[in-house]
Amino acid sequence: MSQINRLMKRGLVDRDKSISFRFDGQRLEGHPGDTLASALLANGIRLVGRSFKYHRPRGVLTAGSEEPNALVELRTGAHREPNTRATTIELYEGLDAASQNRWPSLKYDLLSVNQLVSPIFGAGFYYKTFMWPASFWEKLYEPTIRRAAGLGYPSKQPDPDTYEKANAFCDVIVIGAGAAGLSAALSAARAGARVILCDEDFVLGGRLLAERGEIDGKPTQEWAAAAAAELESFPDCRILRRTTVFGVYDGGVYAAVERVGDHLRKPAPYTPRQRLWRIVAKQSVVCAGAFERPIVFGDNDRPGVMLASAVRTYVNRFGVTPGRAVVVFADNDAALSTAKDLSDSGVEVRAIVDPRPDASPTAGQAATAIGAEYVSGIVDSVSGAHGIKSVRIKDTQGRMTLFNCDLLAVSGGWNPAINLTTHLGGKPVWDEARSCLVPGALAPGMRVAGAAAGRFSLDACLASGETAGGESARDCGFSPAAPSRSAPAQDDERVTPVWHVQSRGGKAFVDLQNDVTVSDVKLAAREGFRVPDHLKRYTTLGMATDQGKTSNLNGAALLAEVTGRYLGSVGSTTFRPPYTPVAIGALAGHHRGKEFRPKRLPPSHRWAEENGAEFVEVGAWMRALMFPKSGETAQETVDREVANTRNNVGVCDVSTLGKIDVQGPDAGTLLDRVYINGFSKLPVGKARYGLMLREDGFAMDDGTTARLADDHFYMTTTTANAVRVSQHLEFCQQVLWPELDVQTVSQTEQWAQYAVAGPQSRKVIEALLDSGQDISNEAFPYMACGTFTVCGGTPARLFRLSFSGELAYEIGVPARFGDALIRAIMDDGAEHGIGPYGTEALGVMRIEKGHAAGPELNGQTTAHDLGLGRMMSRKKDFIGRFMGEREALNEASRATLIGLKPLDPKMRVSAGAHLVPRHAKADAANDQGYVTSQAYSPELESFIGLAMLSDGPARYGEVVRVCDPLRNYETLAEVCSPHFVDPEGERLRV
Amino acid sequence: MRITCPYCGARGLEEFTYRGDATVTRPSSIDARATEAWVDYVYLRDNPAGLHKEFWQHSAGCRAWLEVARDTTTHEIVAVELAAKER
Amino acid sequence: MRYSLASLLANALTGNKNWKPVWREPEPKRSYDVIIVGGGGHGLATAHYLAKEHGITNVAVIDKSYLGSGNVGRNTTIVRSNYLLPGNEPFYEWSLKLWEGLEQDLNYNAMVSQRGVLNVFHSDAQRDSFVRRGNAMRFHGADAELLDNDQVRALVPFVDLDNARFPIRGGLYQPRGGTVRHDAVVWGYARSADQRGVDVIQNCAATGFRVEKGRIVGIETEKGFIGAKKVALSVAGSSSRVGEMVGLRLPIESHVLQAFVTEGIKPLLDTVITFGAGHFYCSQSDKGGLVFGGDIDGYNTYAQRGNLPVVEDVAEGGMALIPAIGRLRILRSWGGLLDMSMDGSPIIDRTDIDGLYFNGGWCYGGFKATPAAGWCFAHLIATGQPHPYAAAYRFDRFASGRVIDEKGMGAQPNLH
Repeated sequence: MSQINRLMKRGLVDRDKSISFRFDGQRLEGHPGDTLASALLANGIRLVGRSFKYHRPRGVLTAGSEEPNALVELRTGAHREPNTRATTIELYEGLDAASQNRWPSLKYDLLSVNQLVSPIFGAGFYYKTFMWPASFWEKLYEPTIRRAAGLGYPSKQPDPDTYEKANAFCDVIVIGAGAAGLSAALSAARAGARVILCDEDFVLGGRLLAERGEIDGKPTQEWAAAAAAELESFPDCRILRRTTVFGVYDGGVYAAVERVGDHLRKPAPYTPRQRLWRIVAKQSVVCAGAFERPIVFGDNDRPGVMLASAVRTYVNRFGVTPGRAVVVFADNDAALSTAKDLSDSGVEVRAIVDPRPDASPTAGQAATAIGAEYVSGIVDSVSGAHGIKSVRIKDTQGRMTLFNCDLLAVSGGWNPAINLTTHLGGKPVWDEARSCLVPGALAPGMRVAGAAAGRFSLDACLASGETAGGESARDCGFSPAAPSRSAPAQDDERVTPVWHVQSRGGKAFVDLQNDVTVSDVKLAAREGFRVPDHLKRYTTLGMATDQGKTSNLNGAALLAEVTGRYLGSVGSTTFRPPYTPVAIGALAGHHRGKEFRPKRLPPSHRWAEENGAEFVEVGAWMRALMFPKSGETAQETVDREVANTRNNVGVCDVSTLGKIDVQGPDAGTLLDRVYINGFSKLPVGKARYGLMLREDGFAMDDGTTARLADDHFYMTTTTANAVRVSQHLEFCQQVLWPELDVQTVSQTEQWAQYAVAGPQSRKVIEALLDSGQDISNEAFPYMACGTFTVCGGTPARLFRLSFSGELAYEIGVPARFGDALIRAIMDDGAEHGIGPYGTEALGVMRIEKGHAAGPELNGQTTAHDLGLGRMMSRKKDFIGRFMGEREALNEASRATLIGLKPLDPKMRVSAGAHLVPRHAKADAANDQGYVTSQAYSPELESFIGLAMLSDGPARYGEVVRVCDPLRNYETLAEVCSPHFVDPEGERLRV
Repeated sequence: MRITCPYCGARGLEEFTYRGDATVTRPSSIDARATEAWVDYVYLRDNPAGLHKEFWQHSAGCRAWLEVARDTTTHEIVAVELAAKER
Repeated sequence: MRYSLASLLANALTGNKNWKPVWREPEPKRSYDVIIVGGGGHGLATAHYLAKEHGITNVAVIDKSYLGSGNVGRNTTIVRSNYLLPGNEPFYEWSLKLWEGLEQDLNYNAMVSQRGVLNVFHSDAQRDSFVRRGNAMRFHGADAELLDNDQVRALVPFVDLDNARFPIRGGLYQPRGGTVRHDAVVWGYARSADQRGVDVIQNCAATGFRVEKGRIVGIETEKGFIGAKKVALSVAGSSSRVGEMVGLRLPIESHVLQAFVTEGIKPLLDTVITFGAGHFYCSQSDKGGLVFGGDIDGYNTYAQRGNLPVVEDVAEGGMALIPAIGRLRILRSWGGLLDMSMDGSPIIDRTDIDGLYFNGGWCYGGFKATPAAGWCFAHLIATGQPHPYAAAYRFDRFASGRVIDEKGMGAQPNLH
C-alpha cells in the first residue's frame, strides 16, 4: 500500500474507493473524503512548500483554512490557482498540484541561501539600502526583489470558469457548523425560524469530526451527521456547505462564497465554479470556532511540526497519522487528547513536554497511561531540515533529552475566530483568564457562540449555541423551546499561556509564511515600531495569505514582552474582510467580457443590423455609428451620409435621448425653474431649446422641450445625462417645490424617436401620416410640435426640430412600433433618396451647425462659455441663477465657444489640442483654450473644429496655433463663428 | 447597508442614489445680498461624525426622494421618511 | 544613524543590536513655534520641509494614534501628475519631482517605482478628453504619451482589448508615474523631521483650540495644553471634525474609499493601469500582491469601512479589464476616510483665525500629493504667503466660482 501513513480504521474517508492525483508530477492515491493535505500526509509526504523570504522547507501545520505553509499551485494552464491551501482542497480524481516559490525544485531550492545571510535580511532591511544610484531601483533592485517575492505563478490567461451571484434572505444565519453552530441552527430551526447554515468545510461538524467525544451518548461524528440530517428536514433551513462567510456588512448583509465546483475536476455542466451569496439576515450567530496557536521556538517551522489539534483531525477524521513517532509539546490539557488518540491508533508517543511553570498532574497521568515519557520543560532544538528527525528537550533543571521522532505536535492554546465580529468596527476584548481576544461589542443582531466566544469545551459549545440560536429565533418573533443544556462554569477554561520559549535552535518563527522571526519583532521594537500596526507594517507580520491567523497574537505577546507591557493593553490589528481570501472572479460574477454591463438597444437596432450598420458604445447604449457600403472608407461613408442628408433626406434613430414627460397644472412653472430660459409662456404646439444649469451655475444639460397641452410638456435631454436630469427633476419636484402640482416621469424607453432630416423630409413624413393631416410650413412651422397618427392609426408625436441644420422632423411612436416605423420611413423615403445616417454623420452636421454637445457640455462650462449667456432670464428664479451670475463665471477671458477653420483645409483641427496665439510659445503661460470637437465638412471641403478659446467671440478672424504635442501635431487655424453652415438658419424654415 | 423605503420596504444599498446633507435649505429668493446664504447652501457642510440627515433617492425602485437619519460612525439608520412634505 | 549598505552589513555583524529608534518618543514641550496636527504623510512632510527649507525646527507633530494611522497607510500607493487644469497640474508635477528625489533627500528607501501609469480609453470622446489632458501635462512640462492599442497590448498583454463590452481604443500613459511604498514615506519623513529636531508625538489627540483675540495661541490635547505661535491642521478625512472644534465649516464631506490587495503572486503587472469604462485601477506591489481600488462608496461616513456593492463593482471592473485575475484572491480590504471637497480639489490656505492654517480636501489624491503638500504648506506657514504651485488651493474659490473641477461634476462630492 502506497499510503504508508493511512490508518486501518477511523475517519470519514471511503477506503473502498481510490482517487489518483499528482503532486509535483508524482502520481499518488487518496480516498474520497480526503483533503490534498491529508492525502499527502497519508502518502508520507511532509515537505510541501517553501517559505516566502528564506525559502525554508515547510510542511503541513494545520488542518484548516488558517494554514500558513502548505500552499500549492492547484490545476494547470489557464485553470492554475496559485497559493491554494492544501488543507482546504477537497481531493478529486485527477487533481494536479505543484509546490511553489522554489527553483529548481522543492527539495533543492537555490534561494534558500537567503537564510544564510539572514542577518542582513532582517525586518525592514530594504528601507535602508538600494538607494544608490536612484535609477537602479527600477532597473535592477526592484525587478530582482519582485521575482524573488510573490508566491505562486498566476496563469496570465483569462479565467476559463464562470461565476454567479445569488441573493438569500433569512431570519437567522448561523456561521459555522461545529458543535455550537449545529446546536444554534437546530434550536432556531425547531422554533420555526428561516435558517441559513454556512460552513466552509464539505462535511458539517467542525471539530466534532476531529474529536472522539460523545454527545447524548453518541460519538460526536454521528451526532453531527444526525444534526445535519434533522436540519435538512426543515423546509426553511438552507444548508450551504463549502461556503465561507467572508464579510459582514451594514444592515445584516453577510457575504459568502460557495465553492460549487472546486471539488470537481471541472464544474458540472451549467454550474459555476463559485457562487457569491449576498445573504440578508435579521439575526446571526457566529460559531466560527477557534484557531489553535503554535508555540514559538527555534526551528519551529520544520516539516513535521504540526498543531496538536490538526494531528487529531488527521487521525480521527481522515484516518491518517502525520507521523509514526511523536512528541507532544503543549501548554494545555486539551492537547493531551492528541497523545491519547495517536496511541489508541497504534502510533508511538514518545514524550509529552509541558512548558507550564505550574504543570498540571493531568499531563503526567496522560503520559503514563500511554507509556510516554513526561517532561516538564521545553523544546530546545529540532533536527532535520526537510522533515524532523529528532527533538532535544530541556527540562526545568536544564537536563537535555533527545527524542527521535518524526512528528512534533504543538499547542499553545486557542484563539477564538473573532474575525467576523470585528468587520463592523467591533473591538475585541482581552480575556485574561483564557488568554485570548474575545468578541467585544457586537453588530446589531449578532451573537457569538462556542469557541468563537472563547467557550472552548464541548458542553459549553453545545449549550451556548443552543441558547444563541433560540434567542435569535425569539428576536425574530418565534417561540423557541427552553434550552435543554446548560453551560459549565467558565473557570474550567482558565489557561496558562506559553507564547514562546527560549531555545537554542535556529530561527524562531512567529509568522511562518512571511518568515517573521522573534529577532525581527525585537528589531522592530528596538527601532520604535511598538504598536501592533507598526509591527505589522514594518515586519509584514500577519500580512501573508493566512492573514496572521496563527501569528498575530503570538506577535503581540512577544511585542508586549519586549517592550515590557501588559499584553492586554498592547492592542491588536484590525480584522477586515475577507475572512479567508476570496477569488476576484467570484465577486465579479458574470460581469465580464461582453457581459460586463447590460446593453441597451434602441428600437431600430435589429433593422440597423440588417442594414450593415457599424455600432458604437454610447454609455450603455449601442448606437449605429454609420452604415457603410462595400468598398467605402469610413470617411467616404460619413461624407456620403452627410451629403445625402443635406441634399436629399436622411434618417437617424435618436431614441437614446432622454425623454421626460412633465404633466400637471404647474408643469410650466417647474420648467421655468429648471431651465435658464422661460417655458411657461411657450404656446401649446411649440417646442423650445433650453439650457439647464447646476445649482453652482455651470451648465448641466440642454435639449428641447415641447408643449403638447396646457399641462403637458415633453422634455428631451442628451443621451449621456438622461438619468441625471431625470433625478434632478424629481428632486426639484419632490424636495425643493413639493407645493407645485406637477409630476415627471422618464419615458426614454417608452418612445421610439427618429430624426428625419433633409430638404425632402417633409415629403417622407407626409407619406407616413394618415391622410388629412397638414404639416405644410404654414400649418406646422419650424419648432412646431403635435400629435398625429401614422401608418393607419398608430399614435405619433411630431416635432419640427433640427440638429442637422436642415429642414427636419423628429417623429416618435410608442417603442413597440419603433421597428415598424423605421421600416416604413425607409419604404416611404425610398423615392426621395432616403438613407440612414449614424452618430458619426450626426456629429459632423452638428459641428457644422455649431451645436454644443457632450464635449462642450463638459461640466466645466457656463452659459456664457457656450455663447448662451443672454438666454439667462433676469425675470425669474431658476436653478443655478444666483451662482451662475457670479463674475468669475461670466468674464470675457473665460474660454468661450468658437469655430476653427484650418488655414490649410486638409489639416485636421485636432480634438484635444490646445490653442496658443499664433506667434507664442506652446506652453502653459500661453495656453488659451482647447479644441473640443473636430470633423471634416463635406460642404466646406475642409476640416473644421469647435473650440473653447479665451475671449473667443472677440477674436473672429485671428489666426491661432492648434498645438497637439501629445500627437506631435500642429496647425494654424482661423477663429470664426461656430456656425459654419447656414448661420442664419434659412434652411430650417422652408 | 439597507434602507427601509416608506413605499417599498427594506432594500439594499445598490437600489439607492445618494445626494447628501438634507439640512441645508435653498435660499428662497433672488437677493443680491444673499451671497453668503448661497455659498453656504451650495458648498458648506456640517459633515458631522454622528447623526446625519441626508437625501437618498430610491432610484431603482419607486423614485421617491427620502430623508434618512443615519449615524455616520456606525451606519445605523435611525429614521427614514419621504422628502416630499405635505402639500 | 545614516542608512546604507555598509551600515546594514555592519549591523548584521553585531546581531542587529545597535539599530537606534527611527524617531524619539518625546513628551510635549510647553510651547512650540508651530504645532502640526496630524502625523500622517502630509503633516510629517510639512515638518520635514519646515525644518529643512525654512529652518523652523521648534515644531511638534501630534497625532491621535500611531504615526501613519490614517490615509497614508490606507491608499493604493499611486503617484502621478496626469492632471488637466492649470490649478492642479503644476502642483502635482512638482510633487512628482519631489518623489523622484525623495529617497536621497530622506536617506530612506520608500521604493519610489516609476513603473508608469496607464489610463485606457474606450471611445472617441474619451480619447479627446484624455488628449486634452495629455496636452495640458505636456504644456506644463510633464511627460505624457498617447498609446494605440498595439502599444497598450505590448505594455499589458493580458488586458481584454477586443472582447470587451467597451473595447479599448488606446491609452494615455505617463511613464514617470508609478507607486511608492506608503508606510516608508511616513517613516522616512518622521525620521528626517525627528533628526532635525521636530518633536513627533503619538497618541496625543487634539481636543480643542485656544484662540485669543482672533489669534491662535495653542491647542488642548490629551497630554494637556501646548502653546503655539502657529497651528497647522493636516487631518484630511477628519477635517470637519477637527475644524468644528475651532468653528470652521468646510466645503468638505467625509467619504470612504475601499481598497484591496490580493495574495502575493509572481510578477504579472508591471505598470499602474486604470480602467476607463468602470471604476478600477490596479498595480502590483513589490511583495507580489495586486493592489487595487475603484469608486468611493458615495455616502458620508467616518466608519473607515465600506459596503458590498462597491466591492462587487470593483471586482467587476477588474474582471472586465483583466480577465486573468479571476482566480487570484483578495486577501484584505480596507477603507480610508476621504475629505471629499466640493470641487474635487484640495485646500492649502490660511483660515480666518490668525496663525491657524489648513491643509485638506484631498479627495483621493492625497497620497501622491504628499511631498508637494508638505512643501507648499510649509511655505505658507513659514512665509504667510501661498506657494505659487498651490496658489489656486484657496478657500475663497468656492464663493468666487473659480473652482478647480477636474471632472466637471459640480458641488456634489461623491461624483468627483
